[in-house]
Amino acid sequence: MRRTADAVVIGGGVIGAAIAYNLLKLGMKDVVLCEKATFCSGSTGRCGAGVREQWGSKGNCLLAKASIDMFERLADELDYPHDLEFKQKGYLILAHTEKEWTQFQKNVALQNSLGIRSRLCTPEEAREIVPALNTEGMLGATYNARDGHANPFHVTRAYLTAAERMGADINYFTEVTAIQVSGGKVKAAVTNKGTIEAPIVINAAGPWAKPVAEMVGVDLPLFTQRHQILVTEPVGWILDPMVMSFSIGIYCQQTPHGSLIMGIGDPHEPKGYDIGHSWQFLRDMSRIITRLLPVLKDVRVVRQWSGLYTVTPDAHPILGGVPGLDGYLQAVGFSGHGFMLAPAVGRIIAEMALGMEPFLDVSNLDAGRFERGEYNVEPSVV
Amino acid sequence: MARTDDDIIVCRCEDVSLGEIRRAIAEGATTLDEIRRITRAGMGPCQGRTCRLLIASELARKTGKQVGEILPSTFRPPMKPVTMGSLAELGEEEDR
Ligand SMILES: Cc1cc2nc3c(=O)[nH]c(=O)nc-3n(C[C@H](O)[C@H](O)[C@H](O)COP(=O)(O)OP(=O)(O)OC[C@H]3O[C@@H](n4cnc5c(N)ncnc54)[C@H](O)[C@@H]3O)c2cc1C
Repeated sequence: MRRTADAVVIGGGVIGAAIAYNLLKLGMKDVVLCEKATFCSGSTGRCGAGVREQWGSKGNCLLAKASIDMFERLADELDYPHDLEFKQKGYLILAHTEKEWTQFQKNVALQNSLGIRSRLCTPEEAREIVPALNTEGMLGATYNARDGHANPFHVTRAYLTAAERMGADINYFTEVTAIQVSGGKVKAAVTNKGTIEAPIVINAAGPWAKPVAEMVGVDLPLFTQRHQILVTEPVGWILDPMVMSFSIGIYCQQTPHGSLIMGIGDPHEPKGYDIGHSWQFLRDMSRIITRLLPVLKDVRVVRQWSGLYTVTPDAHPILGGVPGLDGYLQAVGFSGHGFMLAPAVGRIIAEMALGMEPFLDVSNLDAGRFERGEYNVEPSVV
Repeated sequence: MARTDDDIIVCRCEDVSLGEIRRAIAEGATTLDEIRRITRAGMGPCQGRTCRLLIASELARKTGKQVGEILPSTFRPPMKPVTMGSLAELGEEEDR
């Protein structure tokens, strides 16, 4: 491991990987990434890996749209030998309550105004898109063909191997235990394998972003929460798009590999770092999904697991620096949608680190917004 | 073309060959989890019952570690694939 660097990135999930790559791409020479386990050991390796532009806030819409633009070119740009399994078969988001149907009309108007080509669908139109769907009790849906899915392991590894090729020093089983600051400036990252002097340290520590921020005395309004997920055996074609419902709190999609990946957002889930799994989840998920997609009754579950969401009070990430602390940047609190934002966030954080104007204005996603009371909660989350 | 042992299927569920395992190791994988993430080996219906040991011994050979140091990567339930239809019918008792 190098002992000096232009920047140290903490975290080998998709966010840290995308940041490291973009730093080199934009011309930084000496980039060190420290990951306490191995790549994708945190939320990234446990996630649903869906990507969608259909958001309820301008900020999330623009970050997601820019990211999908980048996902479309990523395999070429990163020159990666495996398939990233990026597919764009859309997201179909179901409305079962008047409240969400009203919200969806607003969302689609906002999305369309930003160049996102989502549309409202009647239940009949939804069934044309997903013939297996039980539309009983459904008021309508929204659909955007450009949304989709990618393989989180390969996307992350593609960024990491490209960064490494360009000269990054990627260190696994290397935990950052302290960040040295003096005179309001970052000086070094201390790890279990030695100290790296660097003027810039970037917190991309996912569920551990809060303890990492504490190393520089920053208190982040984040909490972590378990989300359970399962995968079925691979089967023949059942559905093209991700099927999602915010009021029921589920998502389900079929990967190119043929397996179906699905999860529930449980509002009663306690905060914390538990990533165990429960049989109740298997039962509840199966009950809900076989009602929506009855053909799944005969499909077998092969595996269940869980991962952590790292949640902010407004379900938007916290991006950028902290006043009075030179050289510290953070990209944290993705609230369950960090995979899909990684391409744009990687570039934005790298631009900030190099003193450039970010290509998207994210100044309203700074950590200070909560104290100022200048934030709006994203309504469209599972 | 002559078959080499690279053609041997190590993970039958996901159709992963020894050659693919070796390529992942050559690309820097040192743990079972990394190999699983790169190749899908061990992610199928049997959850690695057969291939884990084969992969662990290949890793041991290439890294100089003991097989015992390499095992086990996480073993995930359900151990036997069950249909969603029967899972949906599980009882209410012991609810969360
Ligand atoms: C069940 C589930 C489903 C999801 N579905 C989706 C989805 O469909 N679409 C989507 O966009 N998002 C989804 N997400 C959210 C997504 O997984 C995260 O937002 C995203 O992966 C965050 O990436 P990250 O790199 O910030 O964090 P992580 O992947 O958690 O990476 C952080 C890394 O930092 C390392 N680290 C922490 N502390 C230190 C330290 N002190 N020193 C060194 N290393 C350290 C950790 O080991 C970890 O590997 C889902 C999440 C879950 C749990």
